[in-house]
Amino acid sequence: MTTHEIELKALMLASLDGDAASHRALLERLSRRLRAYYKGKLAGIGRDATEAEDLVQEAVLAIHIKRHTYDPAEPLTPWVHAIARYKLIDFLRRTRASFADVPIDEADAIMAHDDNVDAESTFDVRRLMARLPKKMRCAIEAVKLDGQSIAEAAVKCGISKSGVKVNIHRGLKALAALIAQETGT
Amino acid sequence: MKTDDLVAALSAHIEPVNRRLVSRTVFIALAAGAVVALGIILVGLGVRSDLTTARALMFLLLKLAFTAGIIGVASAYLTRLARPGAERTTSSISALVPFAAIVLLAAISLGLAPSSHWNKMVMGDEWLECLLSIPIIAIVPFAVIIAAVRRAAPTNLVRTGAFAGLIAGGVSAMGYALHCTDDSIPFVAVWYGGTIGLRTLAGAVSGPRLLRW
Repeated sequence: MTTHEIELKALMLASLDGDAASHRALLERLSRRLRAYYKGKLAGIGRDATEAEDLVQEAVLAIHIKRHTYDPAEPLTPWVHAIARYKLIDFLRRTRASFADVPIDEADAIMAHDDNVDAESTFDVRRLMARLPKKMRCAIEAVKLDGQSIAEAAVKCGISKSGVKVNIHRGLKALAALIAQETGT
Repeated sequence: MKTDDLVAALSAHIEPVNRRLVSRTVFIALAAGAVVALGIILVGLGVRSDLTTARALMFLLLKLAFTAGIIGVASAYLTRLARPGAERTTSSISALVPFAAIVLLAAISLGLAPSSHWNKMVMGDEWLECLLSIPIIAIVPFAVIIAAVRRAAPTNLVRTGAFAGLIAGGVSAMGYALHCTDDSIPFVAVWYGGTIGLRTLAGAVSGPRLLRW
């Protein structure tokens, strides 16, 4: 077991308990590893490495939305790797490349390198958000982008506090689908 | 958008996560699917009227044991396959055990009977009804189970779809057993086993489209 695994799993467990700082630290560290992973994979099959940033963001979003599927009895690395690989294959299929081109790799490959050169993705989340239903957009903008509390967002959007949570959850899923559409064309 | 901005946005207001959510969702879907299948049988087809005889009761229990075995093993696998990467550590081979058992029993049963009875034992009276009912009754359970698995994150969609189909077929056959009066083990092996197998195949084929996330 590597030190990455131990540290990242500790962050993940804290994040599952609702600790925002750990969640942020986890996503930051994973996004750097995902960037190195995707750049390597795309370069390996002769694809443009600038597409890597889209994939990093898709995977980060998936890790966030699907974090309830992590089983704490299992190590974290294979779980992250499975999501990263799934999103890579899905991306290549969408962009009409053969997924048979994806070389077999070991789960540890996902933790092998760190790449913190943050680039812009090719899509603009704020623009995609304009295509979400009004309540979802309002809830996500208020809480996730403007940093307001759930209660403040409820007042601003004119819905209940649980309505804000539901709309954020659904909105992020819808947003993930829009990003997938956007990068697929 | 910069990835750091996305991470920051996602980290505002994090709720604690229920770690049993995946298996709970699958089991709720299974229960809901079973209730629907049972309702269709009770309202649409009716329970067999000869349940007071020992022979009818024995065959009902056999059919229930066969289908319950399928559902039990398959749902244990499905809750695992709904999580990313689980297919790498999960072998699905024991899902075949109920099928192997019923085929073995059917072979023994045929071996003990004179060959002039074989046709009747395999075809029964209502093979066509069985062939149609089990896949049709399985539609709603399949849809509910797929909807539940979509909330998780399977990464092997063919296998996960197959297990969703297997469970839906098992649930449907379990309900149909209450109605079905064809009492022979070869009939159960061929028509129950076969239709559940078809449902599994349909699940495997449609899995990549239905379960994508």
